[in-house]
Amino acid sequence: MKFKVRSSEFACPPHKGFGRRGVRSFLIFILLLPAFCILPPVTPAGEKWSGVDESVIEKVATEHGREAREPFINTDQGDLLLFVFLLAGAVGGFVGGYYWRALVGKRGEETQIQKKNA
Amino acid sequence: MSKTEIRKVGVTLLLLTAYGLLLTAYGILLTVSDAHAMHISEGILPFNWAALWSLLAVPFVAYGLYRLRKLSAVDLSFKPLVGLMAAVVFIISCMPIPVPTAGSCSHPCGTAISGILVGPAISILVAAVALLIQALFLAHGGLSTWGANIISMGVMGSFAGFLTFKALRSMKINLAVSGFVAGLLADWATYFTTSIELASGIKGDSAFMPLFWKILIAFIPTQLPLGILEGAMTAGMIVLLYKKRPDLLIRMKVLKAEEAV
Repeated sequence: MKFKVRSSEFACPPHKGFGRRGVRSFLIFILLLPAFCILPPVTPAGEKWSGVDESVIEKVATEHGREAREPFINTDQGDLLLFVFLLAGAVGGFVGGYYWRALVGKRGEETQIQKKNA
Repeated sequence: MSKTEIRKVGVTLLLLTAYGLLLTAYGILLTVSDAHAMHISEGILPFNWAALWSLLAVPFVAYGLYRLRKLSAVDLSFKPLVGLMAAVVFIISCMPIPVPTAGSCSHPCGTAISGILVGPAISILVAAVALLIQALFLAHGGLSTWGANIISMGVMGSFAGFLTFKALRSMKINLAVSGFVAGLLADWATYFTTSIELASGIKGDSAFMPLFWKILIAFIPTQLPLGILEGAMTAGMIVLLYKKRPDLLIRMKVLKAEEAV
């Protein structure tokens, strides 16, 4: 297969650090995060911190005679759901990080993908 | 140690702290409640409505596959970008975020950023894959409601984000502001469509509009702040890519060459 465009042709010099504004924005985010979590709920739901599927979708559906069925593969059993969410987060995070490096990795530190593309 | 190195270490520590905080919150949320699925769950929609939404989703997903094959054949860096977007949409759309003002949890969609960067067609495909994995293994959504969830999150989210961004950019609005509004409207469009799907599916003999408004209003306390969060995330990612790889944004037609200077 012949490729018309190579990513290396368009690679720009790596960005140096996050910059002052980036760090300042991040600091504001960090400072606001705990404050945001401490705020009491204005409209408490039936079960605290339930998802909108329970507090809205399933609640309204039940009122109209529709009940949610058990999933075909039910991982919502004990700590199994915690495990699959952790696994999904880890795999998703790895894939995201891998491709992020492939896209914005420094020229001097070529990733496997960039080497393969070259 | 130079100033740059100190800054890098500081930023790394801050990132680790934030990641730790988020993980802790995430862990607590998973242990206090049974499930946090936020798409339309399995069995909620009657068969005929579920089939209709699935049929409507098919051409969009097929066109997404066609676009992916076509674009990745001519541009090697397109695949990593699609891979990155798939991971972003998957993680974001199954991550329950607590909204203190509502006392409940919901998730952003991530389809605004993917719609802007890889185009709405491929963004729909990415959302479809993410929704399928979630329905199969994470008790999140459902196989019978897969089509309805593709239409609300994939189709509406991607097109709302993409079209809003394009419209604002054509009016010479700042990149970050355009990204923010696109993310905000993509999130709200998703839940607006979910309200239509749910109301039309469960209404039975009752009137559609009052039920639709009831569902939409019930979403507001959670989705209003989450839409703002999604807007901020979308703007942040676009600005970050602009700083790191402006060439990529030019190639994806997010930016014009003269704007990247």
